[in-house]
Amino acid sequence: MSDGVQTTPSNESDAPRVALKAFDELWFQVGGTLCNLSCNHCFISCHPLNDTFGFLDLATVKRYLEESATLGVKEYYFTGGEPFLNREMTAILRETLRYGPATVLTNATVFREASVRELRAVSDSSRYSLEIRVSIDGYSPETNDPIRGQGTFDGAMRGVRMLVEVGFLPIITTTQTWPDDKSEDVFKNFVETLKNAGYERPRLKILPTLYLGMEETRSRPYSDTERVTPEMMVDYDESLLLCSRGRIVTDRGVAVCPILIEAPDALLGQSLGEATDPFAIGHGACSTCYQYGAICSNSNSLRTRGQPGRILTRPPES
Amino acid sequence: MPPSVKKIALFGGVYSNHHALSAALAASREYGVDATYCLGDLGAFGPHPDLVYPLLRTNGVEVVSGNYDDSLARDLADCQCGYTDPRDNYFARLSYEYTVRNTSEANKRFLRTLPNAIRLRLGGHRVLLSHGSPRRQNEFLWESTTPDHFLEKLCDDFEADVIAVTHTGLKWQRHLPSGRLVVNVGVLGRPENDGTTRVWFTIVEARGVGNGTDAVHVDFVPVHYDHRTLADEMRQEGLPAEFIETIETGWWTTCLEVLPHKERARGKL
Repeated sequence: MSDGVQTTPSNESDAPRVALKAFDELWFQVGGTLCNLSCNHCFISCHPLNDTFGFLDLATVKRYLEESATLGVKEYYFTGGEPFLNREMTAILRETLRYGPATVLTNATVFREASVRELRAVSDSSRYSLEIRVSIDGYSPETNDPIRGQGTFDGAMRGVRMLVEVGFLPIITTTQTWPDDKSEDVFKNFVETLKNAGYERPRLKILPTLYLGMEETRSRPYSDTERVTPEMMVDYDESLLLCSRGRIVTDRGVAVCPILIEAPDALLGQSLGEATDPFAIGHGACSTCYQYGAICSNSNSLRTRGQPGRILTRPPES
Repeated sequence: MPPSVKKIALFGGVYSNHHALSAALAASREYGVDATYCLGDLGAFGPHPDLVYPLLRTNGVEVVSGNYDDSLARDLADCQCGYTDPRDNYFARLSYEYTVRNTSEANKRFLRTLPNAIRLRLGGHRVLLSHGSPRRQNEFLWESTTPDHFLEKLCDDFEADVIAVTHTGLKWQRHLPSGRLVVNVGVLGRPENDGTTRVWFTIVEARGVGNGTDAVHVDFVPVHYDHRTLADEMRQEGLPAEFIETIETGWWTTCLEVLPHKERARGKL
């Protein structure tokens, strides 16, 4: 799917509605849809010229942080696009860490040694954890670069080395583009690669494929049958769904979740307080979230379903 | 009416470590506490789970249900620890299966009687004791990922001036801007991932500050116990070498993947 358009629910009136039970996670589309890379599986088709969504500035983030404190938000996430293209990113993290723990999702290709040292100083200045999640979609240039672009593997690994050298333990995030029976091999190769780069305690988060944005062209779109039905919600733990415990701030207002920002029904209000109504999970991508649970969050403290969406350090049966 | 006390001992996560429990109970008596509470997870990790129960009974310890206790009580398939890593879940399963096999039916019946929370008055303060958090039994409240305003909301929502929890295995305390207090009391079952073999319990006391008011004071108390004998018992029971290593070295070898950055960076592995 191209920029700005997204599949509408096949039958919105039948879609189950998920209530925001606890406002635990606040996401920021801080990098908009602008990215220095043009990955061919990006679910919101970010690239260097995609300004469908713009940067968030520090003043805007501050305003939402202040409101979040009144709602008891537990953790903060920053995504894009590439967040570190936003020149205020470090200042935004410094401000956020006054409120609570922060996680930033980056491709790690735009780091400089001085900026990473500054990030470490920002992290050290807070009682709260700063997590850095680095997207790499293969354990070698041969497996990564066809997805993320020529030279991106080496660029990202340079960034990982810089992070590790100053004491971060980045969470390497990879989208599963391989068959399930190859997962163990992929995992072992990833760990070996990261250890060879000096990362002795690698953390790896495997994400499921989302058939949106560029990925629709690369593989396929969601079919009309890939929807969550009311029957599927019987005895289902809704807290596995991000829409039951969080929202995302974009430069257009507050939307339901990071995956659906382009969907016509995703924008829920201009303030956090306005964006707390239940959401009808009628999108194809909702079926992926349903299946795997907590695919966007760092971890799921409740329970897990399926393989992707979890932070791994070793193959399951080691 | 909840019971009214001035000084209490709190501990969590016994994890079948009956040696540490004995030592902690003896130490808490020295503090002259009015009551002693366990915040749950009697079994797991260690040997001979049934040895914990008579110690709790004879010392009059009141117990809040932990996720492990709930799983044993309801005969669930897993411990509901909330781990997200397959290796952590692999070891959690070994530990859970051992504990299920070695916990008597009478003790499982006892676990079915445990409350999810206990309320009491500590001086002029409303105290709420729970396992993970007041809102969810297996929620991890880590020091570095739990904001002040989130804790203030918990205190508001659950009408408490002091909230005490465990579940993470790492102790901490936070005096909130409102003057209320949240304390994670740590665990007796395994050391704190700090390279020492000691474990911890917590004394919470309401101390008068004049004008008829009092303030809540927290003391974390280290417990040095016979960890070598515990390790020997674990070996004899065929428990995983990784668990024994933790008891003997003080470094966590499993259940690491749920740790946030700051807590994980302090550890060795």
